Amino acid sequence: MADKYLELVNHGGPKKLAKALGLPRPAILRRYTSGDPLIPGPLLLLGDSAQASAASELLLGWGLDVRRHALAGEKLGAIVLMLDDAATPADLSEPMLAAGAALRRLLPGGRVLSFSRPAAEADTPGSAAVRQGIDGAVRSLGRELRGGATANGVVLHAGLGIDAPSAAAALRFLLSGRSAYVDGQFLHVDSDAGVLPVDGEKPLAGKVAVVTGAARGIGAAIARTLHRDGATVVVVDVPAAGDALAKVANEVRGTALQLDITRPDAGRVIVEHARSRHGSLDIVIHNAGITRDKLLANMDAARWDSVIAVNLESQLRMNDAFLAAGLPGLRIVSLASTSGIAGNRGQANYAASKGGVIGMVAASAQAFARAGGGINAVAPGFIETDMTARIPLATRTVARMLMPSLMQGGLPLDVAEAIGFLASDAAAGINGRTLRVCGQSLVGA
Amino acid sequence: MANNTQVPPRGIRPAVVIGGNRIPFARSGGAYAKASNQDMLTAALDGLVARFGLQGQRIGAVAGGAVLKHAKDFNLVRESVLGTALSPDTPAYDVQMACATGMEAIGSLANKIMLGQIESGIGGGVDTTSDAPIAVSEGLRSILLDLSRARSAGARLSALSKFRPRDLAPDAPGTGEPRTGLSMGDHQALTTRAWNITRQAQDELALASHQNLAAAYDRHFFDDLMTPYRGVARDTNLRADTTAQKLAKLKPAFGKSLGEAATMTAGNSTPLTDGASVVLLGSEDYARANDLPMLANFVDFEAGAVDFVKGAEGLLMAPAYAVPRLLARNGLTLQDFDFYEIHEAFAGTVLSTLAAWEDSDFCQNKLGLDAPLGSIDRTKLNVNGSSLAAGHPFAATGGRIVATLAKLLHEKGSGRGLISVCAAGGQGVVAILEAR
Repeated sequence: MADKYLELVNHGGPKKLAKALGLPRPAILRRYTSGDPLIPGPLLLLGDSAQASAASELLLGWGLDVRRHALAGEKLGAIVLMLDDAATPADLSEPMLAAGAALRRLLPGGRVLSFSRPAAEADTPGSAAVRQGIDGAVRSLGRELRGGATANGVVLHAGLGIDAPSAAAALRFLLSGRSAYVDGQFLHVDSDAGVLPVDGEKPLAGKVAVVTGAARGIGAAIARTLHRDGATVVVVDVPAAGDALAKVANEVRGTALQLDITRPDAGRVIVEHARSRHGSLDIVIHNAGITRDKLLANMDAARWDSVIAVNLESQLRMNDAFLAAGLPGLRIVSLASTSGIAGNRGQANYAASKGGVIGMVAASAQAFARAGGGINAVAPGFIETDMTARIPLATRTVARMLMPSLMQGGLPLDVAEAIGFLASDAAAGINGRTLRVCGQSLVGA
Repeated sequence: MANNTQVPPRGIRPAVVIGGNRIPFARSGGAYAKASNQDMLTAALDGLVARFGLQGQRIGAVAGGAVLKHAKDFNLVRESVLGTALSPDTPAYDVQMACATGMEAIGSLANKIMLGQIESGIGGGVDTTSDAPIAVSEGLRSILLDLSRARSAGARLSALSKFRPRDLAPDAPGTGEPRTGLSMGDHQALTTRAWNITRQAQDELALASHQNLAAAYDRHFFDDLMTPYRGVARDTNLRADTTAQKLAKLKPAFGKSLGEAATMTAGNSTPLTDGASVVLLGSEDYARANDLPMLANFVDFEAGAVDFVKGAEGLLMAPAYAVPRLLARNGLTLQDFDFYEIHEAFAGTVLSTLAAWEDSDFCQNKLGLDAPLGSIDRTKLNVNGSSLAAGHPFAATGGRIVATLAKLLHEKGSGRGLISVCAAGGQGVVAILEAR
């Protein structure tokens, strides 16, 4: 399952050889462990927009070394680009070139992060142009980065400043090792909802979370991550996977609920279990999913329908039950996929279900917001799991190395970290959105 | 402590069945052939821990056991507990009462809870006929013991010189009763014959067992009672598609000495099975404090034994005697129940027991009653199937039945259920559960 190539080219002799031959050398990514500094070095804050000084204060408040100008020869842990005031295409020149001049000094695992405004809310074509241009510029910059460094952006919607809780939380998430495999993405902050955690190490303390499909792979990683972050976790999977599920439940000191989520009463059973056994239901992660790949030309109804039933219809039905149950502040995160955005040969059914999740999440945002909660999705790219380990080696190697900027597949943990962030109260200002965790894969946007 | 302080007497309080867990039962020599008793009991316990979030918790006591036990299975239950996510501060003890092991373990824990000695308990059992212990021959055992005591080369040689090739033949456990040499099935065949139980009646009971168990699976009844194990998610003995015709074709397997009158086949007798089951019990306070469900009260239980050696009674008829005593003590009649769980060691056992309770001669002369206990509503009998379909890993059967019945009663929301489990050695344990 592990990426042997990645291990090989990062150690000893093979490392030198790979370097000499000019072979791609994917880096070992900087991933979060408790107690780590937020970033590996000083932070360069570029641009003098309206939000720049607020950003500076925020970052200093986190104990970071913030530079407004790069010191000669100093290595950098992150570059933050304040582009929220950019009004014409010409406004991009100075900050982008300044960032460019500093790029080579970015440490391994460094971060480049932009703050901008949504193009859709622009008053003039020029303003829309520069805002849209920022997306292209930051994504391109991301493809130049090496050493596991990433480039992402936070998009502040009208009237929101960096002091909006979710803006600060998004900034922190994207700077940290929790976002190791999030690259070339823009997190939209829609409102000033949200509360920053009292304890940054336990952002989900006191929360009761349900994770479907938790017996293995990404679902098990999600359960572990939510537990690490302080949540009480109910792990759900089909009865036939109950033994693996029990192991996960015992590991995260939660409870195992053997349940087929396509049952009409699945939502009610989940609510009842969480409420009666743990007192509330605060977070639901719709992770359970199946693939039944086949070229559409050869697809039968059983393959098509079962994938739609498990991956999409069950979620729609459960969400209705959750809304009906009146769960205050319920936060939902659904698993989409880059296949649902870009399409994938032989996966028309799967892509329909995962694209469907993205649509469902956008359309359900208001309903959940009315109850004080929210719903978002995470779209993984190529993740190293038992499922992807079954892909033929050559295809797998191409998928994991050549497509993403980071030249490697992600780990289940990387998906789990993004889910943990979106499930937290700090992310309440982000609603109806889909965040890709794809290492800036070429497929789709 | 001051001498004049008197501890107030403690009353009896309810013991509550919170839930259960078992691994699917597998036919002997099948999927669990390489699993030990300890492996299976640990798996059953860990599934229970996961279902109820008991990780790291100290349970008042864990009791259980196995019928077929290796010498190395010393302290089997405690060793199993140490392999689970439960707190290692949880005490555990072994029980052995043949097929009634699980019932006796659960009943004794319920008593401790009722008396206020413990707040929580886990009872159950495990058995494997696939991984059965095989002892060395008496001759070889004697030589090996002499050898271990020998202190000189000469003494060792002397001990070894007694060895003969025939000593290598192992002494495998048989299914025969030690005092009669008859197998359990052959014993029951005599009882079945004595009560004139027909082949057709036995096959009908077996068919109902398979159909009821299959229907229970279909309605997801076992989703929160079972945790898969070694790739098995359903009892492997279950034949959802069996028919009266198929059962009628089987040749007699027991009581062959009866010739034409032999009625017991592999279809209406339980096969040898591997598996484990456990039940979580607690006081009401314990259940409330831990936000755990309360499915049923474990009201009372009673053990019985009969003199089968001299032929005064059938080997598996002890429950027929224990039930009237339990009913009398609790002021109930045989008809005061919503569910009856009569362990299907053999279809003939269930039918012989029911026939005995209906028989005025038996009830007067053997039970000392004024009138027969009477009939039961057969639609309330083993409604989710029983051992004929699920299988019967001896010590694990009590846990299966208690958990199943407690859930059934809780679903119904009222009423009570009667449990009857017969056992080798002419013993049996019966019990009453009440819905919550």
